Amino acid sequence: MCITGIFLPRAPAKLDRIIDMLYRYTDTVFFKLNPTTGQPLYLQLMQQIRHATESGALQDGDQLPGIRTLAEELILSPHTVAKAYSELQHDGLLELRHGTGAFITVKRRTRSLTNHVHLARGRLRDLIEQLRDEGLLDEEIKRAFEAELLYPTEMVKRR
Amino acid sequence: MSDPPVIITRDLTKSYGAVAAVHNLNLCVRANSITAFLGQNGAGKSTTIKMLLGMIRPSRGDGTVLGKRIADAEENRQLRHKVAYVAEDKPLYGYMTVQQTLRFASSFYSDWRIDVERKLLHEYKLPLQQKIKALSKGMRTKLALLLAFARRPELLILDEPSEGLDPVGIEYLLQTLVAQAAEGVTVFFSSHQIAEVERIADHVCILDNGRLLLNASLDQLRQSYRRIDLAFAFAPSAHDFRITGVEKIRTKERQMSIFASSNADAVIERAHDLNAVSIEVAPVGLRDIFLETVKEN
Repeated sequence: MCITGIFLPRAPAKLDRIIDMLYRYTDTVFFKLNPTTGQPLYLQLMQQIRHATESGALQDGDQLPGIRTLAEELILSPHTVAKAYSELQHDGLLELRHGTGAFITVKRRTRSLTNHVHLARGRLRDLIEQLRDEGLLDEEIKRAFEAELLYPTEMVKRR
Repeated sequence: MSDPPVIITRDLTKSYGAVAAVHNLNLCVRANSITAFLGQNGAGKSTTIKMLLGMIRPSRGDGTVLGKRIADAEENRQLRHKVAYVAEDKPLYGYMTVQQTLRFASSFYSDWRIDVERKLLHEYKLPLQQKIKALSKGMRTKLALLLAFARRPELLILDEPSEGLDPVGIEYLLQTLVAQAAEGVTVFFSSHQIAEVERIADHVCILDNGRLLLNASLDQLRQSYRRIDLAFAFAPSAHDFRITGVEKIRTKERQMSIFASSNADAVIERAHDLNAVSIEVAPVGLRDIFLETVKEN
């Protein structure tokens, strides 16, 4: 599925930002849902939107496509989009304005979380480097990580 | 989601002699959802659909569609006004052209959606002047779908709608189903194409030998079904893993593979307690859920 069009703007003035965003996300999996990863689709969609705000690709006040538009674009049930949007609204990351659409609301907490995630990644990088130095293969590190994340609760807790 | 269910059946049964094509079916299809109806050939899907539409008389049990009793002739006539149905064999008049068929069908509906007709004619590239009998199977399917989508139904019942369609046609079909659902139409469709179902369905019902084996939300299935592969330093006993939710256990020397419909946490904990040397947990796709469920039966 082509990702152009997902962010087709209601306001053409934002086009430069959108092109920038498409450029950044073309080689990743933004708004690309995988039905077989064992994770509910609405959670995948939520995480991708959240990730985009944490990385700054989506910013305060940015508009997301309407439920129907996004459902048709991604070819998934409108319920999935509606549920993701309403959960994000509940989390304070999205404002649903009746009749006009869904808007990103980035609060201070999100910004501090962004920093937190950034720092955590640095620590992970150090740890991985250390394990590699000790002779572990990437595949072994990956499996060890996955196994530890599964214990004691198997599902990764939602923030 | 608080709307009353669109389809409800109670112990719906159809027997042909000693053979029960559909047995004590208790179906519940929620309003405004996309529900997929899965089953092997001969599982009873088409028989169920035909009973819902009053085309076959149930041997036992009853049901309602959009609040109308399916076995009552007058109520059934009323419900069929609100339901668009595309049959498995897509019956159309062979001597008519595509254009004549469209004019004929649209004449029955005062609120025929010309916008939907135009959009789908364009997407499906239907040849207006061609006679139906000269259409390919895929084109017949597309025309039958167009006739259903343009009717402004409350409920769409589609019996294997993607059969005979090429990948592009399937993509347009799925998109149209999603668009219909976004407009508040409830979609109930049977299919063998599990990958399609997995993309767009909210709920799945699995029918086997006339019995409903599973009726659940797909997100629920995604979250709860797991395959857990374990390795031990000794030969494990399957008995240790008889836990609620464990559907199947396969052992091979020091390895064990567990198929669980829920409760994967408890399995993992038990494996830890038994000092498993390796624990790998993988999600289970709908294809495997379907195969395992049907095999179990």
